[in-house]
This record gives sequence, C-alpha cells and structure tokens, in this order.
Amino acid sequence: MSILVIAEHDNSNLKGSTLNTITAASLLDGQISLLIAGSNMNSVVEEAQTIDGVSKILTCDSDSYSNSIAEDLSSLIIANSDGYTHILAPATTFGKNLMPRISAKLDSQQISDIISVESADTFKRPIYAGSCIATVKSNDAVKIITVRSTAFDSATLNNSGIEVVDINDEGSSGISKFVGEELAQSDRPELTAANIVISGGRGMQSGDNFHLLDSIADKLGAAVGASRAAVDAGFVPNDYQVGQTGKIVAPDLYIAVGISGAIQHLAGMKDSKVIVAINKDEDAPIFQVADYGLVADLFNALPELDSAL
Amino acid sequence: MKILVPIKRVVDYNVKVRPLSDNSNVDLNNVKMAVNPFCEIALEEAVRLKESGKATEVVAISVGKSDSQEQLRTALALGADRATLIETDSILEPLAISKVLQKVAEDEKPDLIILGKQAIDGDNNQTGQMLAALLDYPQATNASELVIEESSVKVTREIDGGLQTLELNIPAIITTDLRLNEPRYASLPNIMKAKKKELNIIPVADIGVDVDPRSELLSVELPPSREAGIIVETVEQLVDKLKNEAKVIQ
Repeated sequence: MSILVIAEHDNSNLKGSTLNTITAASLLDGQISLLIAGSNMNSVVEEAQTIDGVSKILTCDSDSYSNSIAEDLSSLIIANSDGYTHILAPATTFGKNLMPRISAKLDSQQISDIISVESADTFKRPIYAGSCIATVKSNDAVKIITVRSTAFDSATLNNSGIEVVDINDEGSSGISKFVGEELAQSDRPELTAANIVISGGRGMQSGDNFHLLDSIADKLGAAVGASRAAVDAGFVPNDYQVGQTGKIVAPDLYIAVGISGAIQHLAGMKDSKVIVAINKDEDAPIFQVADYGLVADLFNALPELDSAL
Repeated sequence: MKILVPIKRVVDYNVKVRPLSDNSNVDLNNVKMAVNPFCEIALEEAVRLKESGKATEVVAISVGKSDSQEQLRTALALGADRATLIETDSILEPLAISKVLQKVAEDEKPDLIILGKQAIDGDNNQTGQMLAALLDYPQATNASELVIEESSVKVTREIDGGLQTLELNIPAIITTDLRLNEPRYASLPNIMKAKKKELNIIPVADIGVDVDPRSELLSVELPPSREAGIIVETVEQLVDKLKNEAKVIQ
C-alpha cells in the first residue's frame, strides 16, 4: 500500500486538518508521502519534516500553486499519482474543491468525509446530515478519500529529517484566475481548531447582539459560531456556520445559545465532548443532546455568564 | 448565453432519515421528496440571469428515476425553459452522474453549468467538480456571488476563513452556496404554465456511458446516540458544573 496525502497550508503554516488526515492515512498500513504545493512555503516544508508517520515529502514551489487553484493543483497531483493506492486530503473547503477533480480524471468514485477506516477499502461516513452512518467499500484501484478532521487525532510532531523530493511544475491551465481573497481577521482561534466554541442562533435576534457572545468568547479563548438560521437571517457571515452545510466542529466545550437544535445544526457539533444549551424554550430539541441545559432568556443569561467568568 | 442546471430529487430536508430494519440502506418508504435545496439556489441564479437579460435559455436536467419528473416540473414552474430527465432505475454514484452530464453538456453546449454544492442525501459534494474535470472546464465551488463579464465570470466563493474571488473563462462550472440568493416560490399560474413546457425523457442506456457502481454500501446504521444531560437552574450552577464536574473551563 502506498498513500499520498495532500497538504493543506497557507504558504506559511500547515493547517491542522493535514495532521488529522495523516492519522487517518496511517490506519491504512502503508508508506505515506505528503505532497506540498505552494509558493515560498519553506516554513511549511520544515514543519512537515517533523510529522511522525510520513516517509517522504514531495514539494513543488511555484506561483502556479500559490492559491491552491483546483484546476492547476489537480493536474500536478495527477502527474504524480502513479503507484499510489490511496490519495487523501482533508474534507475542508480546500479538499472538497480539489479531490473530485482528481477522482474524475483517475476514473475513481471518491469516498467523501470519512470518519473511520475499517480496512484498506472500507470506510464509514455520515450521510443525511449525520442521521445515519454508512459503511462503504470502494472497488476502485485507486481510492480517493477526503477525511473529516474531527474524527481523527492530530499526528504528532517528533520526527526529523524526512526526505524531501522536488517534483516538476505542471504549470497553470490559464482557464481560471485568482483575483483576490478576503480572510476574516480575528485574534480568536479558528472554529474547527478551537477547544471551546460558543454559537448563536436565531434567538440572538440581530448581528449586533453577537457582541454578547464575543466578550464571553474572549474570556474563554473560544471561537464564535452560528447556526444556519443566524447566517440566513444575515446576523453573521457564512464562515461562522456550524452544521451539515457549514463547518464540522468537535471541541471540548460547545455552548449553543438561542439555537433550537435542528438536525442540520446537530450534524456539525454533536461530537463535541460537552454540550451546553441556553434557550428559553424548554422543548427545544437542543436540550436532548445537551449535557447541561439552562432554560432562560439569553439576554439575561449571557451578561450573567459574562460576569461569572 | 445558455445555462444548464442539474437538479436532484432528494428527501425533504425536514425528514429525519432512519436505517431500514435490516440496516441494508436508509428507509425512504413514504417520505416527502423535494428538489435539493442547493439545486434550488442554482436554478434561481440561472433564472435571475435570464430575467436580467444576461442569459437566453435555462435548461434543467435530472438524472434519476421516473418520479424525478416531479422535481423537473417544479424547476419549469420556477422559470426553467425546458427540462430533460435522463431516466434510470438505479441509484447512480456522483462519478456516473457526472459522466452522463458530460454527454448532455457536449450536446447542449451551455456557457454556464450551475449546480448545488452538495445534495443533502449523500452529502458527497462531488458532482460539480467531477463534471468540470471531465469537461476540462474551470470551476468555482461554494459561490456566494457571481458577475458575468465579456467572456468570463467572476465568482466569489465561501472558503474556510473567508471569501475568495476567481475569474473563470466561459464555459464554466459554478456550484452554489447558501448565500448566493434566496429562491422564490412557484406561483400557481407558473405551475399551470409549467405543465405545457417541454420535458424530454431519455433512457440512460441511450447516453452510452459506463454507469456501473464502483462502491458497495455494506450497511447503514444510526450514529451513537447522545443522552440528554441535566437541566441547571442558574448561570452560577452552570459555571460551577463546567468548572468542577465537566472540568472544561478554569
């Protein structure tokens, strides 16, 4: 078995999701190569050389790959895919965008968003917003897989001196051009990486009221999230969204405020270790999954919580 | 400009899906079906481009069982000009659906293909990207805004951590995210008019691509359930529990 993992990074740092993906890859029992494509990404390669379980690093430092454009990155990966039985990437917007292109070109039916490795060809994955878990066996020669980061621990970083091999630049197709990027600037941890997440729902009533969550988040070192209802209502941007069609989180503590607990939201947070629900409707379904429930008006409870911390 | 919009018939998003008692698959007996919500957003965007004079024709396509005609009629009522069902009795995987759509696109020669970013049944998030690869078209997934230019389309995408803008040569593939638009409801007169619009049915065998499954579904189970915990009476009690019982805050 020979496994290729595609690294997600921002040319400065490796994304945590890459380390979870390597842990999933290590369960396949084979040699793991890590492919890092980007530009001026020496610090990423240096960091990657410390990852336990990786035998080889393939790098391509070129402007063609500085923004992870799927058209160009997929060509590079396909050109270097010979001999691999498995190609894995994190099921983040990076991997979701990229991997099906590789899959179609290699004529393999991708297995998306795996949460467990049962054997070299059999995997578990959530379907229907996590209402059910499917066990799926792939019969394709090359398995193309995306990995749900929250389902696997991070690979450890005690290695050194992993062999680095430069691979050929396959250039850019020119059919798609990067125009710009607007990344949210925040001192808080990223939603998917935070140990504590506090999320607001429709009950927050307005975007302005999210400052009630912000100040608690700052005290707890937490990330702030939201339900789809709060995003739909325009309270907060879409990258706050936790749920089936947003981000999947599994922090040590998840505090759901003014969130009723629709199945689509639960799909994104029910693997959290401890769940707290604050809602004035005692029949809200969120209380059925909460370890601690507080039936209260959030506009009273949040300031109280803020001052109690 | 011609726009192709693939549409999928899925279980209504309000239905809580459960496994069959023999765990061989999910139980879809007598459940309400609907147009996949992200496909509705794709169709709405195409119809708006037509209404603003940028597009001339909107064609809805579905690959599925005969009853998918119901969702194509809905698409026609929402503003598609005509529809085609590629009919099959099997459940096709995204790769097979992409191969079928590739043939349809080679025939229809659309300028844009707009799809939902994922279907809420399989949650695969694959078809748009696969189709783009097979056609060698550029792609912009998770679109929240699109602007048509001379021979390109500028698309703002929702990515982890923020927004990214790409410019794609036309023909191009776009998959929709939540905030691209708010789909309309079909009005009664439009539902009546849709009954007279053209809906072609083509058996999948006539398309001539390999649609055999590549994977096997071994079982479907419920996820481990979570027990409800306790109700605390006050914020003070909550903080005490989190500090001293759950030990998740200091």
